[in-house]
Amino acid sequence: MSAPARPGESPERFRNLRATLRLWGETLKALGRSPGGVAGGILLALILATSLGFHVVYPVDPLAQDLLARLTPPFWEEGGSLAHPLGTDNLGRDVLVRILYGSRVSLAVGFAAVLVACGAGILLGLISGYYGGRTDSVIMRVADIFMAYPFMLLTISVIAVLGNSIFNLILVLGLSDWVTYARTIRGSVLSIKEKEFVLAARSVGTRHRVILLRHIFPNVLSPILVLATVRVANIIIWESGLSFLGMGVPPPMPTWGRMLAEGRVYITDAWWLVTLPGLAIMLTILSINLLGDGLRDALDPRLRNI
Amino acid sequence: MARYILKRLWHTVYVVVGISIISFFFIHLSGDPVMLMLPPDATKAEVEALREQLGFNDPLYVQYWRFASRAAMGDLGSSLYHRVPAIDLILERLPASLELAGAAMLIALVVSIPLGVVSAVKRGSIWDIGSMLGALFGLSMPHFWLGIMLILLFSVTLGWLPTSGRGTLAQLVMPSLALGLSLMAMFARLTRSVMLEVLSQDYVRTARSKGLREKIVIGKHALKNALIPLVTVAGMQFGFLIGGTVIIETVFAWPGVGRLVVQAIFSRDYPLVQAAVLVLAVIFVAVNLLVDLIYLYLDPQISYLEQT
Repeated sequence: MSAPARPGESPERFRNLRATLRLWGETLKALGRSPGGVAGGILLALILATSLGFHVVYPVDPLAQDLLARLTPPFWEEGGSLAHPLGTDNLGRDVLVRILYGSRVSLAVGFAAVLVACGAGILLGLISGYYGGRTDSVIMRVADIFMAYPFMLLTISVIAVLGNSIFNLILVLGLSDWVTYARTIRGSVLSIKEKEFVLAARSVGTRHRVILLRHIFPNVLSPILVLATVRVANIIIWESGLSFLGMGVPPPMPTWGRMLAEGRVYITDAWWLVTLPGLAIMLTILSINLLGDGLRDALDPRLRNI
Repeated sequence: MARYILKRLWHTVYVVVGISIISFFFIHLSGDPVMLMLPPDATKAEVEALREQLGFNDPLYVQYWRFASRAAMGDLGSSLYHRVPAIDLILERLPASLELAGAAMLIALVVSIPLGVVSAVKRGSIWDIGSMLGALFGLSMPHFWLGIMLILLFSVTLGWLPTSGRGTLAQLVMPSLALGLSLMAMFARLTRSVMLEVLSQDYVRTARSKGLREKIVIGKHALKNALIPLVTVAGMQFGFLIGGTVIIETVFAWPGVGRLVVQAIFSRDYPLVQAAVLVLAVIFVAVNLLVDLIYLYLDPQISYLEQT
């Protein structure tokens, strides 16, 4: 039996798709008008490309020790050489390649944890905003509790108990960050679910799940995109902080936070050990923040002043 | 008004109870503290005796109830490592953390509000662009790295400030600056955006058209309204600050709660961790309650909105 065409099925769906694509095109064009956003996007693309492909150009082992070349300064300083462009650490390991490897850890943890947080937050936010009632109040009460839980202590104690692996790190950072997404989504859903197109879909008997996924979800995506960009930056900072405390990705994988912690001991002799990994973090975060500001301006003209 | 305050108090209670439940059960997942309290060669009978004595053989909800009813009386258990009541250890360290968080907040507010106001009023000027770029850099620096950079500059290179410890004003400068800079950046951006919005409102135009001096329009009409969201954000951030000083306390060997907790986690001193989490959460919730009440004072409309 062929069912009568419901809203949201094929012809409609293609129209929706076209509309969505046009919207994204406009967003990109708007993003292109913000010099900061463009600069951030280019910088981030460069960082991502370098992080993924540096080993082709600079095939150095990040763990290879050269005890005769301990604490060699960067090439522009006296005593430095191009053999180790950014110098070496206390075990004679190449600082440049360690920073480059560190970027992989930070970016991977940052993006993956945001995906986890986004997934959990979107799901709970959609349910909470759409169904309302008791479900909503339970989810929001739990969110309140999570908001008040000292975040840093939560992640540190979970990591201390579960052990530090890259998987645990992503899970913990992701799951402790769902609240912001859930609240944002819930707020948007609350205002959208009373709009005519949702009421229309309901009046012709469209199932809740279809309404949620096909009619509401696409309309609440833009604040989430802006939020997620900002949170990637935050998570990368947290990851480096945990690493700094010795609770990040386990050794021997070089991470920016651990490089800073190890370099701190040599702060009087080797300034580059405490400076350069931090600069790498800052550049990465700066590019993400610039892109985030640009995206926000592009997606939400009302917020353009912020 | 009274109803609103009651509602907020109820909110405070269930958040604290929720946090105590999470941290209690979580800590219990983390392994058997009895094994840590006894020497490694203890016999099975000794382990069992201690478990029984400490009540670890009771069902979890019984143990939680015991923990919660004691906690309500101010008894948060004893540190396994220090062998003294956990609450004493925490209260002893708390002033140091509050001092650090308070100094960071003070620096952040004192610098950021004027910066944000000037940026908004002189929108598009060198001032505006310069301070917003500066704020973007401030937001992009991890605070512990900034702390290390300050040590490199002011202690190692210039020799002006001590690298660690607490007691003198000189020792407070670097940790509070490191902790406060990203807040400063956040507040400056917020102040600017709120001011821009307020300055475009009708009542500001009315004030201007009445011929009031610009200083009064900005200071009295605009800034006062712009302060409302700033108070909320600053209050929330203060709560976060107290729990988030962990890393900066490690960098500067600052004797606060954060460092106490990190040490407790490394030595698996779970009663102490649990107590600290609870105390920090109570402070966080209390600060938020206070902020909401200040908010109520600043903007009486809110209590009506909340009720409807």
